[in-house]
Amino acid sequence: MAFGAFSSATPVAAEPAVRRRSPIALFLLLPGALYLSLFFLVPFVSLVLTSFKAPGEFGDIGEYDYAFKWENYVAVVQTYWPHIARSFGYAAVATVLALLFSYPLAYFIGVKLRRFPLWQALALTLVIAPFFISFLLRTLAWKQILSDEGPVVTVLQALTVLPEGAHITQTPAAVIFGLTYNFIPFMCLPIYTSLERLDLRYVEAGGDLYASPATTFMRVTLPLSMPGVISGTLLTFIPASGDYINASSAFLGAPDTAMIGNVIEANFLQLQNYPVAASLSIILMAVILIFVSAYIKRSGTEDLL
Amino acid sequence: MQAGAAVAETAKAVPPKPARRPFRLGVGKWGLGVYAILAFVFLLIPIVYTIVFSFNDVRRSNIVWRGFTLDNWINICQQPEVCEAFGNSILVAVVATLLATALGTAMAIALVRYRFRFRTATTLLLFLPMATPEVVLGAGLAAQFLTAGVSKGIVTIILAHTMFCISFVVVTVRARVASLDPALEEAGRDLYASPAQVFWRITFPLLLPGIIAAALLSFALSFDDFIITNFNSGAAVTFPKYVYTAATRGIPAQANVIASAVFLVAIIGVVIAQVSAGIRRKRLAKAG
Repeated sequence: MAFGAFSSATPVAAEPAVRRRSPIALFLLLPGALYLSLFFLVPFVSLVLTSFKAPGEFGDIGEYDYAFKWENYVAVVQTYWPHIARSFGYAAVATVLALLFSYPLAYFIGVKLRRFPLWQALALTLVIAPFFISFLLRTLAWKQILSDEGPVVTVLQALTVLPEGAHITQTPAAVIFGLTYNFIPFMCLPIYTSLERLDLRYVEAGGDLYASPATTFMRVTLPLSMPGVISGTLLTFIPASGDYINASSAFLGAPDTAMIGNVIEANFLQLQNYPVAASLSIILMAVILIFVSAYIKRSGTEDLL
Repeated sequence: MQAGAAVAETAKAVPPKPARRPFRLGVGKWGLGVYAILAFVFLLIPIVYTIVFSFNDVRRSNIVWRGFTLDNWINICQQPEVCEAFGNSILVAVVATLLATALGTAMAIALVRYRFRFRTATTLLLFLPMATPEVVLGAGLAAQFLTAGVSKGIVTIILAHTMFCISFVVVTVRARVASLDPALEEAGRDLYASPAQVFWRITFPLLLPGIIAAALLSFALSFDDFIITNFNSGAAVTFPKYVYTAATRGIPAQANVIASAVFLVAIIGVVIAQVSAGIRRKRLAKAG
């Protein structure tokens, strides 16, 4: 069910119908487009306006007036650059780890299990199984498993891999681990969709032309699965860089692992410091948009949707 | 699922592969299989943990194993907040799914079937919410509700969820519309069916699997959403929000019961759908 959303590039079997001009189109499009304008575009503009607001004249908490205080951005970057760096750093490492974990798995399901459709479908169900259990509860489950009293720490300490008194939770490693685990399905499904479609005759042709399996993989399989790798990377990196569950102290992180999301949440919902939350959101969004468009241009997948 | 099934169908058309070369049958083949099994075990660890701890015999903080009991499953609503939160989540997910599926399906049909101005702008308007981190979507809407003086509650959660579900509905249904053979609708028109009849008797039934897949996806996204909800819920509590606020003081085992029950229902539903699709495929192959 979920991977329907990721397989947008499904080859069209039948010749598509000729696109007509008709007033019906407007009738079909308008409600959805209006809804998205009202609840996505307008809020975004409102976020931009909020990011330039200045404190109200009476200095009440949560009271801000419209202004063009661009200094907000300077102040925010000066104060929160470690959080900004951490967000994109953690997200990048988690994306690479998820890719390394998912590619062989997707290859196994998409290529090796191709002749057993039922097994293939069941294997895919296992990949998306984490989607069906609450995101927060599965992260909390990892917290308990990785906790100081938990089995992992106990075993690692008995093997003296981990020094006495060391933690796994509340470290950057735990946050990255949580991000990786939680976004693996987003990475695995698009790669699977690409590999499922891989024509194995190309791979055979590589072997027939005396390429080693490694060369065939690098020159044939990997390039042909690139669309999946690209959408998987984006689908992992974007939510991971904005996530604040894994990095939160109540879950796998500690105050010194806080990411942009944690700062935005604290400033918006607790401190009512709306301009700071808004300008950080805009920075996060801008970096992601630059990254996404650069990535898409370089890899030549213009039509992601 | 639909797209996946369609892909599986096209893959079948590829002529059978000649026998493998002997060197491909070595460690590589088994290594990958073993890796896949280990990977599945890894993916299932926290799920199994959550389900096992739904049977834990504890009152408040469900951290240490204290023995097996069925009490939590029998008295799910012993912790009334858990049940209330669960009810809210279901309400939000159902309404948001209905709204998003209706709006998104219409847009998907228009995008595939019609020519219109602002096509690029519309595509961008649909793509951007998916490329925006949830925290930005949540903060933006919350800033908007704040400016407009709207008090936050169940209604604002539904409005927010509908917004982020629409794009996913469009992507899912679009693939289905694109693979629809226009000859079928033409045949309907040739037989003097009215446009409405063509739509309801031909187009809609053929799109239904895609629409159902989109609705299920919306439901799942909405039900498990925490970040956007947290920004736009005010005092209203959904299931993920309950888990988040309870995380610091200990989560009752009833929360595990609800998550486990949802998981089991979803997974059993998916497996039944897959097995029956597999049986149908075999039957079709025999008949053909």
